[in-house]
Amino acid sequence: MMGIKDISPDHVVLWQWGDLRLNLTIASTWFVMGLLVLGSWLATRNLSSGRKVSRWQNFLEIIVSGINRQIREISQQTPEPYLPFIGTLFLFIAISNTLSIIPGFDAPTGSLSTTTALAICVFFAVPIYGIANIGLAAYLRQYLKPTPFMLPFNVIGELSRTLALAVRLFGNMMSGTKIVAILLAIVPFFVSIPIMALGLLTGLIQAYIFAILAMVYIASASQVQPAEHDEQNVTTAPPTIQ
Amino acid sequence: MDNIGLIGMASIITAGITIGIGSVGPALGEGRALAQALSALAQQPDEKNTITRTLFVGLAMVESTAIYCFVVSMILIFANPFWDYVLSQAGG
Repeated sequence: MMGIKDISPDHVVLWQWGDLRLNLTIASTWFVMGLLVLGSWLATRNLSSGRKVSRWQNFLEIIVSGINRQIREISQQTPEPYLPFIGTLFLFIAISNTLSIIPGFDAPTGSLSTTTALAICVFFAVPIYGIANIGLAAYLRQYLKPTPFMLPFNVIGELSRTLALAVRLFGNMMSGTKIVAILLAIVPFFVSIPIMALGLLTGLIQAYIFAILAMVYIASASQVQPAEHDEQNVTTAPPTIQ
Repeated sequence: MDNIGLIGMASIITAGITIGIGSVGPALGEGRALAQALSALAQQPDEKNTITRTLFVGLAMVESTAIYCFVVSMILIFANPFWDYVLSQAGG
């Protein structure tokens, strides 16, 4: 549906009522959302905790436990509060990047609007999780962390890493589709197949990177200090060298 | 040369140079990161998961600069506002 001139699915307008425009980005986003909701509902209709689980439930359990393990490794805390946000980010981006193999479907993450929206979600999630975990004063004190002189650099760093999240995902997705489009115009069809396979691989890797970076930003802003607990629990004398 | 020729020439040349120069730095950096990750894997094979994950996250961050250059190049070729402006001037 996108021509070689379109740099983003935002410009492909499917329907128009006056000022409201339904473009390809919105349509494919809702398609991915519908697919995720429908798939999850179908897989979790008859959950069983016995030995015989259906294949789809097994598949979902693998995904959820894998994401839980990654969150636990990065944040060193129980993964439950972060799982909905991080899991949704990963699943939405991974499914929308993988579905680009379907002809006529253009990944919504190939549009700067979608990736900026996801990056803004991460930008707001960091203080929300941080203040919920360590309180407002401790969270704000982190901005003065090495020295108070670093305050503008910390703020600018937060804004720039949000921008980097958005542009990284957009650039990777847009470059995949653009290179395939250009190759289709100049070489036989089968040459673009390895490039499409590479596009699928980078799509999955970028989904993983986005979710992991979101988790790293959240974890670095909501650090629970374990050192204080260790000092309170020491009751034996430190070992001496003999 | 008139405006259309100047804008077209400048855009194409700049797009080529941008992506050409912009991909040198990240490629060198990623090669070094990969070499270090391989030697770390050889030294501690049981930490394979952490090393691999950190390698991929690091590679994605280093690749960002190359992606920025690619996006600028694509904008210069496909979504160039100056080109649209001189085109509308010549056409209208």
